[in-house]
Amino acid sequence: MSAQTVDAEPMAAVGQAKMTARDVDVYYGEKRALHSVDCDVIENEVLSLIGPSGCGKSTFLRCLNRMNDTIDICRVEGNITLDSQDIYDKELDVVQLRARVGMVFQKPNPFPKSIYDNIAYGPRIHGVSSHKDDLDGIVQRSLEGAGLWQEVKDRLAEPGTGLSGGQQQRLCIARAIAVSPEVILMDEPCSALDPIATAHIEELIDELRQNFTIVIVTHNMQQAARVSQKTAFFHLGELVEHNLTGELFTNPKDERTQGYITGRYG
Amino acid sequence: MSDIAEPTPMGIAQATAGHRDIHQTPEAIARRQRRYRSEARFKYYGIAGIAAAISMLIVLLVSIASESFSAFTQTFVTIDVNIDQATVDPNESGDPAVIGRASFQTLANNTLYALFPDVSDRRDRRALRALLSPGVEFELRRRVMDDPSLVGQTISITVEMSDDFDQLHKGLIDRTLPEAQRRINDLQLSWYDQLVSEGLIETQFNWRFFSGANSRYPELAGIWAALVGSLLTMAVTLGLAFPIGVAAAVYLEEFAPKNWFTDMIEVNINNLAAVPSIVFGLLGLAVFIQFFGMPNSSPLVGGMVIALMTLPTIIIASRAALKAVPPSIREAALGVGASKIQVVSHHVLPLAMPGILTGTIIGMAQALGETAPLLMVGMVIFITSIPSGFTDPSTVLPVQIFSWAGNPERGFVALTSAAIMVLLTFLIVMNALAIYLRKKFERRW
Repeated sequence: MSAQTVDAEPMAAVGQAKMTARDVDVYYGEKRALHSVDCDVIENEVLSLIGPSGCGKSTFLRCLNRMNDTIDICRVEGNITLDSQDIYDKELDVVQLRARVGMVFQKPNPFPKSIYDNIAYGPRIHGVSSHKDDLDGIVQRSLEGAGLWQEVKDRLAEPGTGLSGGQQQRLCIARAIAVSPEVILMDEPCSALDPIATAHIEELIDELRQNFTIVIVTHNMQQAARVSQKTAFFHLGELVEHNLTGELFTNPKDERTQGYITGRYG
Repeated sequence: MSDIAEPTPMGIAQATAGHRDIHQTPEAIARRQRRYRSEARFKYYGIAGIAAAISMLIVLLVSIASESFSAFTQTFVTIDVNIDQATVDPNESGDPAVIGRASFQTLANNTLYALFPDVSDRRDRRALRALLSPGVEFELRRRVMDDPSLVGQTISITVEMSDDFDQLHKGLIDRTLPEAQRRINDLQLSWYDQLVSEGLIETQFNWRFFSGANSRYPELAGIWAALVGSLLTMAVTLGLAFPIGVAAAVYLEEFAPKNWFTDMIEVNINNLAAVPSIVFGLLGLAVFIQFFGMPNSSPLVGGMVIALMTLPTIIIASRAALKAVPPSIREAALGVGASKIQVVSHHVLPLAMPGILTGTIIGMAQALGETAPLLMVGMVIFITSIPSGFTDPSTVLPVQIFSWAGNPERGFVALTSAAIMVLLTFLIVMNALAIYLRKKFERRW
């Protein structure tokens, strides 16, 4: 990421936008959770979403793979695209969208099944591989990709819920990448983990950037600074500032950003 | 209570003075001990409650078990019956139809008259005939029909004594009572004593109770027909209520939009669970039997009525079980691109299955003991054959218990208790099976 002058339209020239959000409003019933958010997610980059609790960063993240659909009272307005295709289009297949935009959640949530079945579930339901050998390959590659293969290769038949918290989270990452998504959304993936497991995941995120586009919500500003190329700061449902990570942390344009990163609130 | 506020200023003063802590004052210690005492008291109330419940259960079981004890044995007498050619088949036709129509009761009566040749008075002879159960006629006919070559021979058969003598042999009739207050007169007692002294009377295990159908005579009555009726009825109930209940619960919990209509359905399902069961019986009578013309007294209709009654229980329990599946699992499945139906069938339903099964067990246990609605659809009929299908007239265990309890013969008292034992055993076996299944499902981590 070369240093560039950052201004009103700072990132237009950098990479190709994988996902774009334009004028996105989200309502929970009467309550407005997001106010006309504009944000681009650049291919093969990590975008961090930071901000105080309840600022709408998770809401925005969940708009990107239409996870908000599961909440009855939630209403999304505006335009979000994946590869220039409107993901809120009536014609669009949500199942396909979620296969292309995978998700890792705050709390590790492996299925109560074996490690193998946890990984193989996605490929199986999408019918990606009919052969057991193919499936074995996908499981191995996914676990390798999540840096978990060496630890679990001899106990693939054991329950995924028997792993440690950090291992479970990497299992969930492996489960997400097994479907070969293009974008991976991570909702505070390290908030339930100890520092060593967190370091593991952060390294992993950096490696995954080679093949995937990643959007990560985090409360931990050091983490945002370590793993991401771009950072977006949300406050009270507004996208206050969106910039190169280094730039945002060292030279915030908005005083609300300044206040948050210096710890005055949040 | 007022002393709580008082020690505080003093306590703080003491604490700041570096002396005794406020939690060390005698008042504080007394308060703590009062608290411990009240906790202990509460614990004892709980233990007392459980002890009371257990002792009542024991009293109930012991009384039923001791009452039922005598029903599991039956008094038999062995007699030599001459299969008289002239009575059975006077024309020596060998035709089964003729033999079938013959009066085997006469043969049995003649045997008794031969045993006690002194008895000639009509009244006394009637008293003498009361020694044997009416079952002797059926037993003789069966033997001769099976083997027509017996005609003209003398065979030795062991048959049930009638209820009164069965009770006498079991010691349930007091011989010391004045004759007028006994169901057995002195003459009958002397015949009985003679048979005992000749070693012709014996007690055997009452197999007929477990293999037979109902009868007017307690010594011939069995529980098997009612048990089969119960099994058939339960099968219909389970086959209808489980899939419909689970499907309804899954739809309401996972797919239905939340609006006033589904809210109303929910309220009504909860209300249905509290509707008196006899109302369901009336509904079954009016709709299934009178409108649709289904066979009355049949396990099919009984099972359908009970399925209606069990549905709310299963739906409510299943919805609770589905609700209890952590949302994180749904999100995980949605996150890898599972469709709604895949989320439900691959993840939510298997995880909710133990809870659903628990609800089903409760519903089925209720259904097994249900009597009132089955009376309404005619399952109270007196039926002496074992039902062989879902449309055969039949009765069920609780109804059988109900009808036996209303019979005047002494023998039915013990039979009622024995039937209760069978019902409870059935219930325990059913629940044990269901719990085993539930545990098996739970073993999915």
